[in-house]
Amino acid sequence: MTVPDLQEEPAAEEEVPEKEKMVLVAASGDLDKAWPVLILATTGAAYGMDVTVFFTFWGLSILKKPGTGITGDDWRQKMMSAFHKGTPDGLHLSKLHFAGLGPSMMKSLAEDKNVASVQELLDLSMEMGVKLWPCQMTMDLMGLTNDDLIDGLDKPTGAGSAISLMKEASIQMFI
Amino acid sequence: MADTTVDARNLQCPMPVVKTAMAIKDIKAGQTLELIATDRGALSDIPAWAKDTGNSLKEQFEENDEFHFIIEKA
Repeated sequence: MTVPDLQEEPAAEEEVPEKEKMVLVAASGDLDKAWPVLILATTGAAYGMDVTVFFTFWGLSILKKPGTGITGDDWRQKMMSAFHKGTPDGLHLSKLHFAGLGPSMMKSLAEDKNVASVQELLDLSMEMGVKLWPCQMTMDLMGLTNDDLIDGLDKPTGAGSAISLMKEASIQMFI
Repeated sequence: MADTTVDARNLQCPMPVVKTAMAIKDIKAGQTLELIATDRGALSDIPAWAKDTGNSLKEQFEENDEFHFIIEKA
């Protein structure tokens, strides 16, 4: 099948147009939310967009360094991190978690079907220049330090920076 | 014959689009890229991506259950 030429005449290039922006808020540490966040982030980057993902609340667990154990000083922080370890490989499923059996099944299915893993998509996001912003308030709340998070992230930031960026962005999504 | 080929066979969404976008950076305007994919989603995703990024989808065909897309870089 031959497809008609869809390309429009390129506009006179006097200045490089600013890239369109896309902002995603990753507020969930569920495997079935982390996956679409990173699929959309990499696809946005593939569209030539300037993509930023703001990780807040349980979403931060996607950015936890593999091997991160119990974090924080407060007993409540320690308890939360003990029950929800996070890291790209340790995310829970929102449904059918079954004490970890669900995610194992989902991940082996994904492998059989050649769906890129959360870890692979996270690495790819960074390679494609997606900006990953950890939420400072959540880090303080959960007792997470920069050392608990993977390398290559942007500086921890807050809701104000996220809103400023979203105001300029053509796509904003809260996942 | 395209100037470069992207083999995205057996890879699922979003990899055909992502791999194409990454590979097209390495060719010059006017040169062509051939993507080979097996993901049925690519049948709509690649034309949409090409239209939006201004690259031109010159040809699209199916051969032995594989989808071929010839894209010319804008």
